[in-house]
Amino acid sequence: MEYLVDLANAFLWMFNFLILPALTYGSTLALGALGVTLIFGILRFAHFAHGDMMAFGAMISLIGVELLNRFGYFSYPIPAGLLFLPIAMILTVLLALVLDQTVYKYYRRVKSPPVVFVMASIGVMFLLNGLTRLIKGPELSVFNAQQTFSVESINVSSLIKQLGERAVRIKTDFSTKEDIVQVTEPEFIFFTVREFKAATGFAEGFGLDLIQVTTFVSAVVIFLGLYFFLKRTRTGKAMRAYSDNEELALLSGIDPQRVVFFTWTIAGCLAAVAGTMYGLDKGYKPFTYFQMLLPIFAATIVGGIGHPQGAIIGGYLIAFSEIVITANYKKVANYLLPEQLEVVGNLQLLGTEYKFSVSFLILVIVLLFRPTGIFRGKVF
Amino acid sequence: MNNQRYWISFGILLLLFVLTGWIQGWSLALNILTIGLISAVMALGLNIQWGYAGLFNAGVMGFAAIGAIACVLISMPWVSDVMQIGLEDLLKSSEDQKKSITALQLDLSRRLVAEQQIGIAWVIGAMSALVAWLMNRLLRYRVPSWIRIVLVVVVLSIGLILFRGRFDDAIRVIESTGFGDNSKYLGGLDFPIIIAWFVGGGLAALAAWIIGKIALGLRSDYLAIATLGISEIVIALLKNEGWLTRGVLNVTGLPSLVPTVKALQLAPYNLDVEASLLMNKLAFLIIVTLFLIVFLWLAARALHSPWGRMMRAIRDNEEAASAMGKNVVMRHRQVFIFGSFLLGVGGAMLATLFLQFEPAGYNPLRFTFLIWVMVIVGGSGNNLGSVIGGLLIWFVWIQAEPSAYWVFNFLGDYVFDSEGEAAQILIERAPQMRTLVMGFVLLIVLRYAPRGILPETLQRK
Repeated sequence: MEYLVDLANAFLWMFNFLILPALTYGSTLALGALGVTLIFGILRFAHFAHGDMMAFGAMISLIGVELLNRFGYFSYPIPAGLLFLPIAMILTVLLALVLDQTVYKYYRRVKSPPVVFVMASIGVMFLLNGLTRLIKGPELSVFNAQQTFSVESINVSSLIKQLGERAVRIKTDFSTKEDIVQVTEPEFIFFTVREFKAATGFAEGFGLDLIQVTTFVSAVVIFLGLYFFLKRTRTGKAMRAYSDNEELALLSGIDPQRVVFFTWTIAGCLAAVAGTMYGLDKGYKPFTYFQMLLPIFAATIVGGIGHPQGAIIGGYLIAFSEIVITANYKKVANYLLPEQLEVVGNLQLLGTEYKFSVSFLILVIVLLFRPTGIFRGKVF
Repeated sequence: MNNQRYWISFGILLLLFVLTGWIQGWSLALNILTIGLISAVMALGLNIQWGYAGLFNAGVMGFAAIGAIACVLISMPWVSDVMQIGLEDLLKSSEDQKKSITALQLDLSRRLVAEQQIGIAWVIGAMSALVAWLMNRLLRYRVPSWIRIVLVVVVLSIGLILFRGRFDDAIRVIESTGFGDNSKYLGGLDFPIIIAWFVGGGLAALAAWIIGKIALGLRSDYLAIATLGISEIVIALLKNEGWLTRGVLNVTGLPSLVPTVKALQLAPYNLDVEASLLMNKLAFLIIVTLFLIVFLWLAARALHSPWGRMMRAIRDNEEAASAMGKNVVMRHRQVFIFGSFLLGVGGAMLATLFLQFEPAGYNPLRFTFLIWVMVIVGGSGNNLGSVIGGLLIWFVWIQAEPSAYWVFNFLGDYVFDSEGEAAQILIERAPQMRTLVMGFVLLIVLRYAPRGILPETLQRK
């Protein structure tokens, strides 16, 4: 019996520190990788600007949230980033389409080799990098940043009713001697680790908040929607045909403009969702999105380039391996092993500082032994 | 026609630098020129890989960082030697520092043991790798393959456990002891820094050999992604292996290549403050220029030799070249190694110029993609184009910031309300303009002048 409790504790620890974070992170990676894989399958180049496109989407949501908060409105319990997600998606899609018309269309017309497209996407990457930093700055900003108001400008009691006692503080500004209201919008949490432990009596536990759940659920919904779009609709079929064999698709009367339009639309939407979800979870910082480009590429290639299912599996695979390989299993070992064998030091394969490198090691191994990826993607 | 292009573009560059010197000061102009020339060395290395052979290397940052770490490993003093000297000084100077003397003595003895342990650990690691390799070789086709794999894995894991057992404790000692500013790592070999430039190039070439084994032969974008990833792994290693590189603590105070500003003010030079500053920079500039000229000469010789013709043939039509009996993969690896040597030297030059090694400062935008812009803008396949590209793009990269300040201030003064929040924020973010400008430059050149400022010249019979 005691051993069963230990087993449950070990599992709960793993659920809290491995499975839950990996599912959230994996969802964002999979969403990003889906966009990259679609672009690769249809436009046939590695889209280096994808990370910065995600940053752009997240930035739009963030600006929306900041404007909303500045006027004294808070959307609790719904994460405000989600409210502005549609706008972010529309603007990101517009951006992608404008970039396609101004940059990539020309190279498609003159039939440039893929390398030129990659160069152009590096140019776009520089451009978006500068743009997002110029508009929102390079530093870390969170979606629920602290806001300050003067007492007269907002209705304090209704805010307390909405956000709870702890979120609203009334202070005196030292320089102006005026009363100000500091508001920090809380995240909606289903239950915390402590509440879980108190309710169940286990020594380990896990907490669950709305952002984790929405990230995972919306990712699954998007996967299913995209699957049906690609399998069942005319446009989806046209896209798959175009990806399989461009010339044959053109001969059978598929409009390439339309296919490209839908590719960028979907990729833009996916980038905005992935960017916003990641930002809601870990905060918005342009450089982090740029860094995420690497795991996203890894996920794409591991899954098999050009394969949507592969991108999803690759995303979760990369996320799980990054977290599983760099986790410290001391606690799990101590729950599972008999007491005589207690582990005192750290029990970890690689330090957490090598988290990003793990995805690349996997990438290199896959490139060496199965360059087509899990799903036998295309190699042009 | 082509000659005119060369003269005009170099003339414009000269004018730009003279104007900078005149308006913003000669010190700044010399700085931009020096880093521009170092960038030209790196661009030349990349051009050899991309322009000669069509290899898409997106791992420039990694090679540059390897060059820079060579400066630390070659020319910084060995930390236990520094401790020894420090201890002797303390012993000589006075008796009232007994406490610090005993502490230092203790640290030094622990450190010497730890150094030994690290050596032994690496020997054990290498031996187990060797045994595994031999077993793999000898047992092939003799026993069922699963037995061979199990044996190899067992040998390797025993080796790893023995290695980690010694190594982890030893580096904990190394990373916590030392004397003076640059302590808490093993230290370097205390050789002149000019040797480090060659060693840096050599180490980068060695890395290129290993990476070439793994990644060459992949399609262009795959190679780009793989090299980008490998360069990130290199940076992660340099950041986190503190016992070797001092990691995020950074190494400052690398020995200077040219007489320092202070030394120039003393005998035998006796220069005044301003002249010593300029002379120090000028001396460095001259050395870099000499290196660049030698590299350019070598590259030109290679390009016009039968070897260069073969490389171009492979680049332009891989299949035909391979049908003619050229070993494409081997040639690619060769050119990858040559190019990476120059990238390593460039990285070492930068570290020597700044007199420090800062692994956190390596950002792919600055160290990989900017060099790419230089090669594309200058003209891929043209060596002098890389020099022009390096100088020009570095100039734009540096000057974009003051220009953006100027424009935003102008806007703030005459268009918006300059006290307003929006104008203030815009001025604060002016440095970000440089990436935006770089994006525009790259896109415009790619679209309207895809062959760059100085297109590749081919002699045809």
